[in-house]
Amino acid sequence: MSIFLNENSKVIVQGLTGSEGMKHGRKMLAAGTQLVGGVNARKAGTQVDVDGTSVNVYGGVEEAMKETGADVSVIFVPPKFAKDAVVEAVDAGIGLAVVITEGIPVHDSAWFWAHATANGNRTRIIGPNCPGIISPGKSLAGIIPANISGPGKMGLVSKSGTLTYQMMYELRDIGFSTGIGIGGDPIIGTTHIDALEAFQNDPETEAIVMIGEIGGDAEERAADYIKANVTKPVVGYVAGFTAPEGKTMGHAGAIVSGSAGTAQAKKEALEAAGVKVGKTPTETADLARSLVS
Amino acid sequence: MDLYEYQAKDLFAAHGVPVLPGRTVDTASDAEAAAGEIGGAVVVKAQVKTGGRGKAGGVKLAKDPAEAKEKAQAILGLDIKGHVVHRVLVTEASDIAEEYYFSFLLDRSNRTFLAMCSAEGGMEIEELAVERPEALARVPIDAITGVDKAKAQEIVSKGNLPAEVADEAADVIVKLWDTFVAEDATLVEVNPLVRDPQDRVVALDGKVTLDENADFRHEAHGALVDERTENPLEAKAKAKGLNYVKLDDGQVGIIGNGAGLVMSTLDVVAYAGEQYGGMKPANFLDIGGGASAEVMAAGLDVILGDDDVRSVFVNVFGGITACDAVANGIVEALKILGDDATKPLVVRLDGNNVDEGRRILSEANHPLVTVVGTMDDAAAKAAELAAKAGA
Repeated sequence: MSIFLNENSKVIVQGLTGSEGMKHGRKMLAAGTQLVGGVNARKAGTQVDVDGTSVNVYGGVEEAMKETGADVSVIFVPPKFAKDAVVEAVDAGIGLAVVITEGIPVHDSAWFWAHATANGNRTRIIGPNCPGIISPGKSLAGIIPANISGPGKMGLVSKSGTLTYQMMYELRDIGFSTGIGIGGDPIIGTTHIDALEAFQNDPETEAIVMIGEIGGDAEERAADYIKANVTKPVVGYVAGFTAPEGKTMGHAGAIVSGSAGTAQAKKEALEAAGVKVGKTPTETADLARSLVS
Repeated sequence: MDLYEYQAKDLFAAHGVPVLPGRTVDTASDAEAAAGEIGGAVVVKAQVKTGGRGKAGGVKLAKDPAEAKEKAQAILGLDIKGHVVHRVLVTEASDIAEEYYFSFLLDRSNRTFLAMCSAEGGMEIEELAVERPEALARVPIDAITGVDKAKAQEIVSKGNLPAEVADEAADVIVKLWDTFVAEDATLVEVNPLVRDPQDRVVALDGKVTLDENADFRHEAHGALVDERTENPLEAKAKAKGLNYVKLDDGQVGIIGNGAGLVMSTLDVVAYAGEQYGGMKPANFLDIGGGASAEVMAAGLDVILGDDDVRSVFVNVFGGITACDAVANGIVEALKILGDDATKPLVVRLDGNNVDEGRRILSEANHPLVTVVGTMDDAAAKAAELAAKAGA
């Protein structure tokens, strides 16, 4: 098994006809993803050639779902159109919307989250500003390099894209059931807790690596959740111990405000919940390896 | 982006929030003139993007223009928590009957917005939240339904504002919500929101943070950037489209790809630096997933222009872009920089096509470049070189 995404997932791309959409559409196909369609209202009814595979372009998410049975949408549209794209995916009732787009105004993210909530949260949203999700050997919905690690028994949830890649690469000898990048924005859909819950319930996952960073209190809340609900071993890593107060460190959500959101507080919360926290990504990988072998 | 008080109040005024008349000036003589125009007693307020101005001597009452000049003289040039005062706001001195607290902000945990309101304003809100949390109302706001008069009345009532000003305070809160949404703010704070002896409700202070991701729909926000107080290296990096933050007291320049990996690199360098006399990272610089030669050159150019930097650690994980392309980028970047590249570079590459990437760097055999296999070892090497360069 795996979480949220498997070999049967049928994936469409909103923004397939753009340069990012095409580039990563190719990589998704190569990773084994069932890429069944693209969405672009202005190019409805056309086909695009994705490395020799002809993919239909539909006028909307609802139509694409009806024609293809798609249950996952990966959203690559530019920031100013991202809110409408997510709202469209939610209105169509798709099961999973993976929002890759970086730079979405937080008022727009708050809006589409409120909209999804008002619609009963039928659509799981991952991101925005994230690398997406991969169940190695089965499917990729996003931009995670598929060849850095194969399938295996680790589960990974991370706020950061490149730290996701780094960690999957470090633990390629063990492999992953699913790796999921939840994104570094202040408002995101799927949280550490959602992924922890799913990994806990996934028989294929034996241990979990959780990567956090400065800003907000998601890691502290995840620590509480782990203490109460997670019986599988969890290893943690937190980035940003040296980040100065009040400065945004690359990710819109990565900011220490006053004494809130520090890496030290997150590390302490995780350790209090029995999670071993590595000092460096490599040490974290070694800790994780020691748990499964 | 955090705004100055006067910028925040300009936005408030544009959305109908009552503020006192005032003028911002850069010199003491202009402060005198401004006080003359406003008439009567004025308050001279330091314009810096930090709290605690009053305690630091940055807010003074002046009874006439001559005194306003004197006070402005004392405040201009003052260093308040590392922020030098270049500008003061001269504003009408108000009669205050009561002080309240009000803010709209992002509630990350609940993925929505929050209104905070208290009848006990004026003091540091962090202190109030800790000492008397029951006195600070926290009201969740739905991003779609927002704040109408009824919602504003609910907030006012939960914040225990007195009945005599409830209606007017609710009107002000609706206008503050308009400001929050229309300007794409992530924080709108008024502390204090005051009641004057005539029961009018006025925003006496203002703190606003704008979401830079929304700049594409706010052309006017560009003019709010104060280039004088920007760090020159940060300004240079910004002009090149780089994601750069200068850090104090560091010696090791950092370049990496991806915000999380770069943050992690800073930590690993600081950790390794403990073995080398306390060497620390000098900056955050994320060149993004692409890591092209041009971006690499632009990044190195900024970092090498930092006099604090004694060695540079280039830490790239080849994910979307493979290591051979990154290695070529580094070689090309060093060619572009030529004699401007003067400090030792420690390069760690890992990920896709790592062997080819390392081969390219080893063949180029640049005298400044040391290739190290792992992130931890490379951090130690960079710290060691920085310590040597400073010895």
